[in-house]
Amino acid sequence: MSKTGNHIKADSNHREGRSCVRYKCSLMNTVLDVLHQRPGWVEVKEDGEWDFNWCDVGWLRENFDHSYMEEHVRICHFRNHYELTRKNLMVKNLKRYRKTVEREAGRLEAVKCDFFPLTFVLPSEYHLFVEDFKRSPGSTWIMKPVARSQGKGIFLFRKLKDIMEWKKVKICSSNTDCTRSDEQRDEAQVESYVVQSYIENPYLIHGRKFDLRVYILVTSYLPLKAWLYRDGFARFSNTRFSLRTIDDQYVHLTNVAVQKTAPVYNPEKGCKWQMQQLRRYLTAKHGTYVVEELFKDIDNIFIRSLQSVQKVIINDKHCFELYGYDILLDQDLKPWLIEVNASPSLTASNQDDYEMKYSLIEDTLHIVDMEGRLTGKEKRVGGFDLMWNDGPVFRENAGLETLGSPFQTANTHLGGVNDRKKQLRQLLKPFPGQKKV
Amino acid sequence: MMNEGSELSVTIAQIVQRLKGTHLHSQLEKQAKECLHRPEIRLESIKEDVRKFLRATGWERKLQNAVYRELHILPPSGHPEAPLEHTKEPLAYMRKAQASWEKRILKSLNSMCTELGVPLARKRPVLEQKELTSKWNEMGADEPDLSKFRPVYAPKDFLEVLINLKNPNHDHSDGLTARSHWGLIPISLSVRDVPQLREAYPELSLSCSQLGIDDHAHVPPDLFESEHIRIGKKVVDEQDSAAAQQYSRQGSPTGLRAQLWALILNITNDPEDVAHYEQLKAAVIHHDLLVDNLIYKDVKLTASNDDYYFVFEDVLYQVLLCFSRDTAVLEHFSYNSATPPKSYIQGKTGEEEFAVVYPPNGVIPFHGFSMYVAPLCFLYNEPCKLYSVFREMYVRYFFRLHSISSSPSGIVSLCLQFERLLQIHLPQLFFHLQEIMAQPLRIAFKWMVRAFSGYLSTDQLLLLWDRILGYDSLELVAVLAAAVFAFRAENLMEVTSLASAEAVLADLSTLKVMPLLQIFLFANVI
Repeated sequence: MSKTGNHIKADSNHREGRSCVRYKCSLMNTVLDVLHQRPGWVEVKEDGEWDFNWCDVGWLRENFDHSYMEEHVRICHFRNHYELTRKNLMVKNLKRYRKTVEREAGRLEAVKCDFFPLTFVLPSEYHLFVEDFKRSPGSTWIMKPVARSQGKGIFLFRKLKDIMEWKKVKICSSNTDCTRSDEQRDEAQVESYVVQSYIENPYLIHGRKFDLRVYILVTSYLPLKAWLYRDGFARFSNTRFSLRTIDDQYVHLTNVAVQKTAPVYNPEKGCKWQMQQLRRYLTAKHGTYVVEELFKDIDNIFIRSLQSVQKVIINDKHCFELYGYDILLDQDLKPWLIEVNASPSLTASNQDDYEMKYSLIEDTLHIVDMEGRLTGKEKRVGGFDLMWNDGPVFRENAGLETLGSPFQTANTHLGGVNDRKKQLRQLLKPFPGQKKV
Repeated sequence: MMNEGSELSVTIAQIVQRLKGTHLHSQLEKQAKECLHRPEIRLESIKEDVRKFLRATGWERKLQNAVYRELHILPPSGHPEAPLEHTKEPLAYMRKAQASWEKRILKSLNSMCTELGVPLARKRPVLEQKELTSKWNEMGADEPDLSKFRPVYAPKDFLEVLINLKNPNHDHSDGLTARSHWGLIPISLSVRDVPQLREAYPELSLSCSQLGIDDHAHVPPDLFESEHIRIGKKVVDEQDSAAAQQYSRQGSPTGLRAQLWALILNITNDPEDVAHYEQLKAAVIHHDLLVDNLIYKDVKLTASNDDYYFVFEDVLYQVLLCFSRDTAVLEHFSYNSATPPKSYIQGKTGEEEFAVVYPPNGVIPFHGFSMYVAPLCFLYNEPCKLYSVFREMYVRYFFRLHSISSSPSGIVSLCLQFERLLQIHLPQLFFHLQEIMAQPLRIAFKWMVRAFSGYLSTDQLLLLWDRILGYDSLELVAVLAAAVFAFRAENLMEVTSLASAEAVLADLSTLKVMPLLQIFLFANVI
């Protein structure tokens, strides 16, 4: 296994590019626009044969196992992505990974895995949770349903009695009710919760809490190949942060979906800052060095979280996946992993957001490369930088001078300038059948 | 006429007078007294040794910075017999225009006050005071009913006043000429043309490296950026105000900007500054002013609606409400052509002993005023420091953008300069826009009044403000406005109405300021 990521193995199964790509798409948003406008791509309906499928996880669950896919076919999810994206499974995988790291590389290395807040899966780990709860009285905890998104079902609490009621309801309902459909019963039975130590000292910008949404594209788990998108955003809570009102979910939850229903939400505002803006703000506040260290710590979260599920995820050359990572900063500028989304929202909230998501999806398709335009040696495609290729990827090109040098910088530019159009013009050959503009 | 020598001694005397009794003064005295115990201070050469000590410990530098600051805000020197109004604004017609404009604004404010039945000022009941104190950090959470309040004026109202300036010495008897009806500003002031600007701004030339151009992603940092940052760190370490100002001409690195600007503006955050801010905060708690509602409304309409500045809403209230009550701001009226508005205790109009300056700082906010503060929130976290930086920026620069004066940094000169630059270098465009009734100044005015705040993206705006501080002048605001028109000239030549011209120039958020300025000043054939 090559460890210096710049020595990129040539793809032994060099795919032929296709001039016509038949695609299916379950989403009715920006993704569909990108697919519609891609030269040579045609939509197939219903049962038609397809080369590319941007499906939702429901479709995947029902059909993946029964579908035969030819070698060139691509689909936008890994079969068991939920190992990374379901909160209870992610926690389990991360904990196991941390133990492995500690055993193999020692405590100092294991500490680098401490980027997720103390978490317990309920109801199975309820007793462990209670032990820890009693050890830190007065601290705040957050309860999250494992499989729901957009902030639904989440609440905060400080006293055990606050969850007694909940406990009764949840555990009862999972045992009864034959009247529900199979699927619903399935959901109720498997629906566990995680309880997590709530980060009480989030980094605030003028009293407002925010979290970061970052996009990571994984094209392979074995070996691990992951790309980091330069753009992203900071999502602000609409109201000022205060621990006094833990009932006010609008304060604590920064998902746009929740903010949208909050009383003072102004739909045109969007409550978001582009990642570049946030990075500049932090640099102005704390200086370049501190912010560079912060972003290195954030890179660390991506890589280790992916490594933790590397051996669990069923690797399949047909699969790629675009993840939305949610990261929270605390007042000491330590980044925490809140969750990973396998289906990050690609619906745009305004024009700027649309352009960003459009570019994101477009670059994803460039990397999936149905048209066979890439050599496989690229370290950057549009707004994506190759972050990990069976080993760390560095900005500097490998050579005698850089071998073993400690001064290699990671090939990541989160929040950096994204001059993707220019880069793509220089990088890509025209689409098959198109003349170069 | 005074000769240079005596003018200098007058200046020195003025500065000494201003620095007497300040915190710095007492600190220097204390340091000087304490250092007498030190072994290196000898009785025979006590003066020299104390001086050496103060130099070595950085105190001389602090004094230098303070003096430098005073030089920035020194009132213009004039004939000893001349009254202050004449010294700060020598042109009589400008004075008249400013005075009548002030009358109008005050009238508008007073009629709003009468119409709405809201007093200009009122003491808050104790309960309200308590409430405000607890909500001090989240004033933006309130949604008070502001529908009945209107901004006192908007930039376009002010533009109309400037368009109607009349110089009685200007002879119009030669009738309509192309010259007399070219632009909107009907008066003449001496403004610099491109060759003169090239001499005045050599650091922006093509052969000189700077931030905003030479720190671009594709340029290796060793060529300029790394060295510039290293020098910037040195400047900050040396705490040298004048050096920081010179340095800023080539741009301030993001990580050092906050410190550099504080240095240029000599914001020391002494205990007396902190105490002053706390006093202002107390004043806000105790009294409610009518202008507070104008401030709320302005913040809600402008900064809160901005994609980036909405986060700073709460701190904007804090800064602006305190600003309104800060009588220290009245000092700047010694060099501002404006006069602070006066209000009279009920029933005693005209009787000077019953006059109070209203608002206490003498500045009536207009629509968009909060945008002067918003970009600074990006750099400063502590309200006290943010406040001091804003106040200093206001009394050095921003006040010139909404008062009528003949100053080269004043809005009138900027407008004239903008028009002249376009007329001389893009005559076809100017003519075309005039023909279709889309006078360029009508579009550019709002940018200039705000020094481009809210129009450019924040990082670009800060690069522009670096140079405003570096060159101690707002002139580049006018040059940039012309450069923007030059950049979009092709599209503008195709439009056929004011609305479409506005549309072409509606979005400046993608513009890169420094290349625009550089090309306009140094790359055009003249």
